[in-house]
Amino acid sequence: FSSFHTKGKDTIIFVTKEDHAAPSSAELVEEDPNDPYEERGLILPSGEINWNCPCLGGMASGPCGTAFKDAFSCFHYSKEEVKGSECMDQFRSMQECMQRFPELYPQEDDKVQQEKSETHEASQSSETAEMSGTDSAPAEDSNTTQCVVHGFLLPVS
Amino acid sequence: MLKCRTVWKKLAPLARSSSTVCRQNVRRAVLNNGRTPAQVPAAHMSTGPAGGGRENQLYALLVGAACLGGGIYAYRTVKGDQRRYEERLSEIASRPHRAAPQETLSEPEPLAAEAAETEGVPAVPAPEPEPQAEPSPEEPSPPAPEAEVVAPSETTEIPPEPTAEAAETPSAESPEPQPEVVAESGGDVAPVASKIPSHARYLLIGGGTASFAAARSIRARDPGARVLIVTDEPDLPYMRPPLSKELWFSDDPSVTETLRFKQWNGKERSIYFQPPSFYINPEELNSAENGGVAVLTGKKVVHMDVRGNKVKLDDDTEIAYDKCLIATGGVPRNLQVIERAGEEVMSKTTLFRKIEDFKLLDKVSRNIKSVTIIGGGFLGSELACALGRRSAESDLEVIQMFPEKGNMGKVLPEYLSNWTTEKVKKEGVKIISEALVKSVVAKDDKLEILLKDGRLVKTDHIVAAVGLEPNVDLAKSAGLEVDSDFGGYRVNAELQARSNIWVAGDAACFYDIRLGRRRVEHHDHAVVSGRLAGENMTGASKPYWHQSMFWSDLGPDVGYEAIGIVDSSLPTVGVFAKATAKDTPKAATEKSGTGIRSESETEDTAVSPVASSTPAPPTVGHKDDYGKGVIFYLRDKVVVGIILWNVFNRMPIARKIIKDGEEHADLNEVAKLFNIHED
Repeated sequence: FSSFHTKGKDTIIFVTKEDHAAPSSAELVEEDPNDPYEERGLILPSGEINWNCPCLGGMASGPCGTAFKDAFSCFHYSKEEVKGSECMDQFRSMQECMQRFPELYPQEDDKVQQEKSETHEASQSSETAEMSGTDSAPAEDSNTTQCVVHGFLLPVS
Repeated sequence: MLKCRTVWKKLAPLARSSSTVCRQNVRRAVLNNGRTPAQVPAAHMSTGPAGGGRENQLYALLVGAACLGGGIYAYRTVKGDQRRYEERLSEIASRPHRAAPQETLSEPEPLAAEAAETEGVPAVPAPEPEPQAEPSPEEPSPPAPEAEVVAPSETTEIPPEPTAEAAETPSAESPEPQPEVVAESGGDVAPVASKIPSHARYLLIGGGTASFAAARSIRARDPGARVLIVTDEPDLPYMRPPLSKELWFSDDPSVTETLRFKQWNGKERSIYFQPPSFYINPEELNSAENGGVAVLTGKKVVHMDVRGNKVKLDDDTEIAYDKCLIATGGVPRNLQVIERAGEEVMSKTTLFRKIEDFKLLDKVSRNIKSVTIIGGGFLGSELACALGRRSAESDLEVIQMFPEKGNMGKVLPEYLSNWTTEKVKKEGVKIISEALVKSVVAKDDKLEILLKDGRLVKTDHIVAAVGLEPNVDLAKSAGLEVDSDFGGYRVNAELQARSNIWVAGDAACFYDIRLGRRRVEHHDHAVVSGRLAGENMTGASKPYWHQSMFWSDLGPDVGYEAIGIVDSSLPTVGVFAKATAKDTPKAATEKSGTGIRSESETEDTAVSPVASSTPAPPTVGHKDDYGKGVIFYLRDKVVVGIILWNVFNRMPIARKIIKDGEEHADLNEVAKLFNIHED
């Protein structure tokens, strides 16, 4: 190491980049994919949608929550070739609901809508990561989330 | 009234017997006409001889007329009462819709009970709204005729209205409780708004972060859930961290009104979690088709009846609940010497917690020459830095004093605490460490703080940031346990205090499966515990498992994130590299494109250690320069807490290490997992 010393009960180590070049020998406990206590992403291990996922922000809980859930569920379980093509009614009623609350669901063009949905996620302080485009290790869930959520927002616009 | 009744009563048997005689005579007469007289039994009634036909006929006629008259009268009265009853019901049901209602809460309940449980909830839309004036003049009139209706109807003797109403409902159940209630409501025109629902399926006491997180969680999991938040603050739920951070750095002069702030990456947002349109009105809560979240502001819950599953507000309104969350947070502590120092000192002291405190301090700090912050923890240091920054533009002297040796003395190991203190000084703050306040007096329009070691500090205003007292006011009435070590309500690992009662946020002393019993006063914990409580209120049985984190920025150059138990009395191991310009809070948020930095950390799960890719610029580690690194806090050789020092977006790894709870022989190897030399 560059240096190693102790001040009483506290140990201080300075390391150079070379010191940390070799892979770590520390062992981490293997994750249990079915751990019931763990926080889940958007899709639960059972395949159902986790409405409580922070990534959704307030979408499932707001005034248009029911409409959103209907539309998104329909999309999620859709087996059509163009996923969600049979869900236009639900999307429409969701959009109608959202138009009644412009403060909560700003209605603008696609790109801004994406940003707004990010802001919306950001508006739930210290929740979410999956919509914010971070470079931290994205679980498969979050990628799906982004595609899915952006995907179904598109027909709405 | 009574006279009439007694007279009627006397007449009644007479009328009855007369009518019987009448009928019998008629029958006899009819029979007599069609038969031989010999076959008719010579039955006699005591009232009159069988002969004397004309007299009998007259008599019969008289009695018949009386019967008919009585019958018609009774019929009309009963019908009138029915009409009046219906009008009254619809009038009462329509009252919630009116702007300035004057009605007691208890009214809907007995009426609901009367109406054979068809109208389950008070705020049922009325067929047509009736003017309020109508029932009042009507009320005095029913008494008189109703008394006479007593005989044909089946009710007992009770004052006006309930009689009529009970007469109408075939299931006239327990009219007794109603009279008192109706009498109350009739006479009592107390300004209690009928807009408070008398029942809420999910009742959340407290309108802060934990409560809002729970509300969202409940709504997500229980479709159409009806959630009522009761808060004694006048504001809708908002987040607290910006009050001592971002709001102070805003360039907008109207920030104290808008409470909006621009984040590092330029995105602006409000401190309120959601705008008012997100919520629904309390009076519409139980009738809204898809439910919603309603916030009742300015009301304090003063009593809790756990057996009866209801609470009482400070205006004596009662709200029954199915599931209840207590998220009452806490109240800032004050120094005893200040409390005893008198009115003038108190008026120049701010206990910082709420929006109004922020507004006040912002205003005051622009008009004074010197401000002193007592307390060296998170809040005190953040405010000192914020005000210190402001002092660069204005003439403001910012002093911070605390008993420890350095800022964050109870959190950071000594060497780091000292280093931090130097940074805080660079923000323009005058630090007085190892300071114990002996007394505070108001003198010549200034405050004089005398320290125990004799130093005297003169200042214009004091901000006391000396800790939080958890609010456990309801413990007594609810019969809930209070923890003696940490304070707060004692709850289990699932945040439950008793059946149907959960506690989350600052007020919850909970059992952390990994780290033991604790109470955490951080924003992210409020979010995590609120969300967990919401899940458990809707049927999950999950323990506190996802570890919350916290963060603090002390100026643009020093920022850290932490997780777990971060107590400076524990042995620590710190692994550092030298910080480059890229390793500051500002840089972190700019790169990751998130707003509040903590957003990117809180929910990520670690998949694999972040591998080294691009080489970092060559750094020369200065011995005392703790630019960036990782500090592990150990308890019995197990890592129970981690601080990421100027190293960002690595929280998932830290969370994983704490969750594992393993003994690691070489913590330098563990530190490698964080790749501190990378960005």
